[in-house]
Amino acid sequence: MKTDTSSGPKVASPPPHSDSSWRQVLAVLLEYNLVVIFLVIFVALAFCVRYFFTVQNMLGLALSVSQIGMVACTMMFCLASRDFDLSVGSIVAFAGVLSAMVINVTDNLWAGVAAALLCGAMIGFVNGVIIAYLRINALITTLATMEMVRGLAFIASHGQAVGVSNADFIYFAGSSFLGISMPIWMTLACFIVFGFLLNSTVYGRNTLAIGGNPEAARLAGIHVERMRVVIFLVQGIIAGLAGVILASRITSGQPNSAQGFELNVISACVLGGVSLKGGSAAISGVIVGVFILGTAENVMNLLNIDAFYQYLVRGAILLAAVVVDQQRTRGE
Amino acid sequence: MPASLQLNEISKRFPGVRALDRVTFSAEPGSVHALIGENGAGKSTLLKILGGIYQSDSGSLIVDGTERQFVSAASSIAAGIAIIHQELHYVPNLTIAENLLLGHLPNHYGYFRRRDAIRTADGHLRRMGVELNPRAKLKTLSIAERQMVEICKALIREAQIIALDEPTSSLSHHETEILFRLVKDLRRQGKILIYVSHRLDEIFELCDACTVLRDGHTVATHGTLAGISRAQLVEEMVGRKIDDIYNYRPRSLGSARLEVTGVIGKQVTRPATFSVRTGEVVGFFGLVGSGRSELMHLIFGAAQTRSGSVKIDGQPIRIGHPIDAIRRGIAFCPEDRKESGIIPIRSVSENINLTARQRAGLRGFFIDFSREFSVADRFIQRLGIKTPNRRQKIRFLSGGNQQKVILARWLNLTDVRVVIMDEPTRGIDVGAKHEIYNLIFELAERGCAVIVVSSELPELIGIADRMLVMRDGAITAEIARQDFSEHHVLSLALPDEQAA
Repeated sequence: MKTDTSSGPKVASPPPHSDSSWRQVLAVLLEYNLVVIFLVIFVALAFCVRYFFTVQNMLGLALSVSQIGMVACTMMFCLASRDFDLSVGSIVAFAGVLSAMVINVTDNLWAGVAAALLCGAMIGFVNGVIIAYLRINALITTLATMEMVRGLAFIASHGQAVGVSNADFIYFAGSSFLGISMPIWMTLACFIVFGFLLNSTVYGRNTLAIGGNPEAARLAGIHVERMRVVIFLVQGIIAGLAGVILASRITSGQPNSAQGFELNVISACVLGGVSLKGGSAAISGVIVGVFILGTAENVMNLLNIDAFYQYLVRGAILLAAVVVDQQRTRGE
Repeated sequence: MPASLQLNEISKRFPGVRALDRVTFSAEPGSVHALIGENGAGKSTLLKILGGIYQSDSGSLIVDGTERQFVSAASSIAAGIAIIHQELHYVPNLTIAENLLLGHLPNHYGYFRRRDAIRTADGHLRRMGVELNPRAKLKTLSIAERQMVEICKALIREAQIIALDEPTSSLSHHETEILFRLVKDLRRQGKILIYVSHRLDEIFELCDACTVLRDGHTVATHGTLAGISRAQLVEEMVGRKIDDIYNYRPRSLGSARLEVTGVIGKQVTRPATFSVRTGEVVGFFGLVGSGRSELMHLIFGAAQTRSGSVKIDGQPIRIGHPIDAIRRGIAFCPEDRKESGIIPIRSVSENINLTARQRAGLRGFFIDFSREFSVADRFIQRLGIKTPNRRQKIRFLSGGNQQKVILARWLNLTDVRVVIMDEPTRGIDVGAKHEIYNLIFELAERGCAVIVVSSELPELIGIADRMLVMRDGAITAEIARQDFSEHHVLSLALPDEQAA
């Protein structure tokens, strides 16, 4: 049988204890440095900015990022598998318009929700099939569907906001539980579900494997194409759900809503350390990324900073985060 | 101006591993100095320090009597050092001339002077004695020719010290000869050449001196190779005696396990028909481009079959995707580990469990991590995978250990019947090779039908029960073990004009 190897595993002996524990602390800090940096800033803001750390403001902040947070979960999967999706903003708008129209016709909330989810699923499916099976670049494919779906939203609504008077619909996003409103609960649920999917299921680990090395994943017996379709499909469904919630919050389906939404979602993911090269992602990072975006906007509002400057600050934060991240991982 | 090179007491550590521990190495002008050692011995790290890609923790680097600290690749290049890496860096869509002169293209206020570039490049190529058309795009060249271009680039920069890292690992016999001629020319011109290779035959043919590394230490330095035996070098590299690294063990063979009939693909142009019995190790020999790798992809469902059929244990099967093949008990270790074997940024444990987890647990959805971890730990121990722990990202492992992880991925399945290994020992050191051969025999003894594709003839002669030779997209010969001889097999595999 196997001959014994006299030279056994040759790994250098561990360094002295004090040294190693210090190194470990440092490594942990670096690993979670985004979380740490965010917490430091958050505490500083709580002391410095009036009204920031109040229950009301915190809930408002959470509500303002709830749709971005939901879709960031699925965008994380998309980026982790080395793909890209620009169409989510248009799906949010179209799903909102569609649900409003269906509710106006049927007077039934759930028919509207179903229509929104179904249309999101269909668009996601089409994206996935074109990207996975026809092997068209994801950026181009979703750029095209982004335009087309936005067009559909305008066509369906004749360019007008579709108002809804159905009480259930307004109650859908307006209701709250334990003082926390529905959209926030939904977003929390998404964080938990997708965090679990990523870390503890074959679906999640396969996503990371595909992003890490698609060819190796295929030869290891992963159905790469089918996985990619599912990733886009789920992304479409969640974007559809975000669309209904947004429409419910503003009590109408608006074809020009969620402009630039996709870029905010991708920013949140990248802020959260999701690699655009695929293969690495963490839900904790995405949550922090979403909250960095939300906090920045919230604080600027509290400080009465002109909305035009907010674009500048958001871009600067994104750039700073990726530069820091690049420096951190360069040695690898 | 002849240069001299001296590395004194170089140490380098990475998190958890001491890659180099006071390594000393020196080389003389006008000589070829071999640097050998098992994978993970520190050869690549040493070259990277020389090339300015890594910085040493301690020790000194002396070029031409002056101590140098290379802070970047550029500073090493400026000091006249050129490293020809295993993976070549070039722009595939540009011509040879453009690749050679990249960074200082001849121009007139920004306007590219194509004719000047081609004339200059042609001059350089001629001076090197390489017959290549400077107008040809890099992507149209063979790997050997691309290597020539890379070496030529080093010479244009007037490099005095040229290190070649495993240059022949993907070259054919004929291409290797061309490379050797070039290396000998450079020696005559008084350059310092550092030659890293696993192939001891090449070391004896080409090199004047030799330094052996093991586990980050300098084990031996031979000023001359005269009077030094192959066995001695192997022993120094491995740190133990390996009498026969193949350790061939005859087995009793059963019925036909895998039957391939008339399979045709893009490169396999003539119908391929063969079978492998239970417990049998069949070697596939052929030059690069002979269709041997594609044939394996066809059987595994990783490439589209144009016609033909595959049977396992007499049962005809339809294979359209690797998943189908895996379900039928076919395992496949691909040729290019980095490109298509490992998921580099994931852990050893994940790489081991990648395939098994697709069917384990609740219909392949939830993961049983405690089971996966114990499986990973078991294989790390059983196969002697050198890694700090199962959480280590696989890309930090040496080639041999990566290959063991991929093997573990398949051994992890319970019902493997056919194992296809494409170049299982490429770029792997002698000690790890020995262990992989043992695993191959172990698989065969368990009743697997094993196919080994290799371009190292001695390896196939050492381990195969039977050999099939491929040439120009067809299986051209079948040779039984008692008729194995290097000359015979080579003459069957080489295209006619090259036949010995």
